[in-house]
Amino acid sequence: MGTEMIAPYVLEYTYRRSVGPVLGRFLAALREARVEGARTPSGRVIVPPTEYDPDTGESVGEMVEVGQAGVVTAWAWMSEPMRNQPLDKPFAWALVKLDGADTAILHAVDAGSAEQMASGMRVRIRWRAEREGSIRDIECFEPETR
Amino acid sequence: MGDPIKVIKTPIHLDYQVLAGRDLVRFLNAIAEGKFIGRRCPSCKKVYVPPRGGCPTCAVVMGDEVPVADTGCVTTFCIVNVPYEGQVMKLPYVYASILLDGSDIPFPHLIQGIEAKDVRMGLRVKAEWVPAAELKPTMESIRWFKPTGEPDAPYDSYKDHL
Repeated sequence: MGTEMIAPYVLEYTYRRSVGPVLGRFLAALREARVEGARTPSGRVIVPPTEYDPDTGESVGEMVEVGQAGVVTAWAWMSEPMRNQPLDKPFAWALVKLDGADTAILHAVDAGSAEQMASGMRVRIRWRAEREGSIRDIECFEPETR
Repeated sequence: MGDPIKVIKTPIHLDYQVLAGRDLVRFLNAIAEGKFIGRRCPSCKKVYVPPRGGCPTCAVVMGDEVPVADTGCVTTFCIVNVPYEGQVMKLPYVYASILLDGSDIPFPHLIQGIEAKDVRMGLRVKAEWVPAAELKPTMESIRWFKPTGEPDAPYDSYKDHL
């Protein structure tokens, strides 16, 4: 009596969600190793695309391709990656504004160490070899070598 | 470009470690001996099963630990008809709030040994324990509750425990 008792308790929800026409096209482009954003009526390019202009609520217009590299606008270091995260070694979560885009996308940067990370640094997409139309088709970003 | 993606899988998986507090440890150790215990609030006199450290109604530290019977009556219940992943019971089955004799707060468990359609409020039931050698400090030591065959408990006897 009086000893500690600890038990595992696992909650799992096997959700599936429909992504809608805009994200559906974004994901299909990832399958082809391309990144597409949505151009708003005012001319901004939203990546990842939304169905509506976040500023005005108007429907977005055409989908446009953006670059495969961009600039880190903010980041946080993940020193102990958790299950199912993009990388199984320490990495950075970062907001990356791709060339030609006006908003940033959240993804992992394989930088090796936090010392290698900085806001303003350039990073490039590392594509997964086998792609299926998922955000994970982008394996991660890596620092751009010049 | 190929067809747009329509649906993605977005499973959520939460790995918790639950630490049983002092009262739950004592309760589970009693379960491992094939017994129920509760704890009585010194203010409202209600017996909680499982026991708690404090009374949620009166906001006072709970008083004495008291033995509670493994017999009781069904207060409310639901008939489960919907299959879900990981389900082990055969549909339809009944999950009921059971008011154990000597306690004031019902707790939930399975009802078996009776057709789901025949389960009713006031039904007298008794815990079906696993064999003594298999008793462990887990609620799985109680397989389910089965009807005792006694006459139904009168509504007045549990109407304040719903």
